[in-house]
Amino acid sequence: MVDIAPHAHQPVADGPRGKRPKPLFSLRNIVVYGTLLLVSAYYLVPLYVMIVTSLKTMEEVRLGNVFSFPRDITFAPWVKAWAEACTGLNCDGLSRGFANSVWILVPSVLLSIIVASVNGYALANWKFKGADIFFTILIFGAFIPYQVMLYPVVIVLRELGVYGTRTGLVIVHTIFGMPILTLLFRNYFTSVPEEIFKAARVDGAGFWTIFLKIMMPMSLPIFVVAVILQVTGIWNDFLFGVVYTKPDTYPMTVQLNNIVNSVQGTKEYNVNMAATILTGLVPLVVYFISGKLFVRGIAAGAVKG
Amino acid sequence: MGTSISVRDLVLSFGSVQVLKKLNLEVADGEFIVLLGSSGCGKSTLLNCIAGLLDITDGQIWIKEKNVTWAEPKDRGIGMVFQSYALYPQMTVRGNLSFGLKNQRLPKAEIDKRIARAADVLQIEALLDRKPGALSGGQRQRVAIGRALVRDVDVFLFDEPLSNLDAKLRADLRVELKRLHNQLENTMIYVTHDQVEAMTLADRIAIMRGGQIMQFASPKEIYSRPANRYVADFIGSPAMNFVEGTVADGAFTCAGHSIPLDGYEFTPTGRAGGPAWFGIRPEHIQTGEQAEAMPFRTEVEVDLCEPMGAETQVWASFADMQFRFLVDFALDLKRGDKVSVGFDPARASLFHKGNEERM
Ligand SMILES: Nc1ncnc2c1ncn2[C@@H]1O[C@H](COP(=O)(O)OP(=O)(O)O)[C@@H](O)[C@H]1O
Ligand SMILES: [Mg+2]
Repeated sequence: MVDIAPHAHQPVADGPRGKRPKPLFSLRNIVVYGTLLLVSAYYLVPLYVMIVTSLKTMEEVRLGNVFSFPRDITFAPWVKAWAEACTGLNCDGLSRGFANSVWILVPSVLLSIIVASVNGYALANWKFKGADIFFTILIFGAFIPYQVMLYPVVIVLRELGVYGTRTGLVIVHTIFGMPILTLLFRNYFTSVPEEIFKAARVDGAGFWTIFLKIMMPMSLPIFVVAVILQVTGIWNDFLFGVVYTKPDTYPMTVQLNNIVNSVQGTKEYNVNMAATILTGLVPLVVYFISGKLFVRGIAAGAVKG
Repeated sequence: MGTSISVRDLVLSFGSVQVLKKLNLEVADGEFIVLLGSSGCGKSTLLNCIAGLLDITDGQIWIKEKNVTWAEPKDRGIGMVFQSYALYPQMTVRGNLSFGLKNQRLPKAEIDKRIARAADVLQIEALLDRKPGALSGGQRQRVAIGRALVRDVDVFLFDEPLSNLDAKLRADLRVELKRLHNQLENTMIYVTHDQVEAMTLADRIAIMRGGQIMQFASPKEIYSRPANRYVADFIGSPAMNFVEGTVADGAFTCAGHSIPLDGYEFTPTGRAGGPAWFGIRPEHIQTGEQAEAMPFRTEVEVDLCEPMGAETQVWASFADMQFRFLVDFALDLKRGDKVSVGFDPARASLFHKGNEERM
């Protein structure tokens, strides 16, 4: 204790002192940043090519310089993709599919999240009879490949009289989203301290009051995660759309496929690129708006067993 | 005074594990009862059963002369405070306090009146519009107590309410709780594993072990006349010294010593004698000049010294057993020193060797 003082003014003499310097170009930094750059390029270069191609005229596209920046920027391909592009059946572009997709998306997302959150809450907090069996079945459901159920579901929808309608597809999305969403909500609600739940019961709150007034307000992040999962999942769905709807009610992804794979006339790459970007726009916007909450929700509940 | 809470033959099992085993407990009106026991002995489980948060396996629970065995928690006339505070994080303090009252559909004026009164008693008026996240641990626990207070109930249940606080705050809030009880005069059941809390707060302490109550008596009785060896060992710090031997003809004999038991109050089963444990608390052992006046005296050799501030704990051996006592901090003892010690056997406790009950 006593003889530190004399040395205090000569830091160099007795070796290192203070913050340890970090070299900028260490092997570790090079590997970390190199990998990051490579991965970013892997995702961003195709996006770049798509955007610049969609802004070029067909003459310029034919020159073959995929990476070059467009000489005269034109939005005509975007307009065409949205309103005029032809499939084998009709020529009103993606707009028709967009309307269908929105019509399918909104009720599917709302319905599946409402039902799954209540399921998850009941499983996590109310130990009702048969809860364990119910949960096991749900988990099992999460791992059954969809293909197995494609045809049986067709029959069920037909019997219900909703085969080929958007209502039918809403029902399908709600049911198929149930296992994974219920799991997500159950795990999140399990991580809420049990004593809060007990306190609410002593305070005279019942099943619904606890859910609406206590659990839901505490669980915003996990609801955001669920919305993102469902919006991207349902918007990007192609298989169910193509199987359970008819040309009139095709969602946007199926419409996109039909435009891109249309055999009539020349391939209009700029229009196809624009159509593809337009179709991907909805999930992209959802990610941008809620990115931070998404990460928080995943970290808080979804990972925890 | 009537009976406030009566737990009759309560059994609770989780699957095949029986956590509470035919437990009985009678609490009088206005009593402050502490459930004390080591971790995992079933204290919280018992409290949750009384609150109605766990479905019991067998037995009955009566509160205020009413059989509430199947009643919902909200209908039992109880308020509960938890170790982790369990405040609703998204609500303000006012929201936390009013939540239960709104569920009861009380008129707004009544709710405001009760919140104002509770806030005044607990001195949390300034915090009413804050959220729990913006409160310190002590403030949070006050709010949690307030939430029980506004319910205007006869029975308060506390599950280790002070365990998450630091030592200083714990001591302060302990005194406040005692004051609160004197002021409200309602029945309180308080769970803790801290014996200082139990001793200072309780009118009566129930010592629990493995889902059973080992002794239910006043703190003084539990300290001076423990009903069995477990209670004797559990209560008191430093713990009681035990010496193995035999009781016969009004004396306790062990490896070369004979301790006369003239002043000792035997239980009806104890007078017969037999193999026994002799227990004496370290703080009842006198040294030096004071030892001269004691009915039993001997000399021991110092093994180890532990300074504890005001006193020093000295380890020695007596009749081949570890033996501790306390000396003044100023007394400088070293390993190997001989000390003369003495004690009054009237203050000791004797336990049957077999069932470890008091004799
Ligand atoms: N939900 C439960 N399922 C199974 N066992 C439990 C459950 N809750 C508590 N236990 C067991 O019951 C015993 C008593 O627990 P508890 O009452 O919490 O003890 P403590 O006295 O520390 O409060 C412990 O052994 C614990 O493992
Ligand atoms: Mg406990």
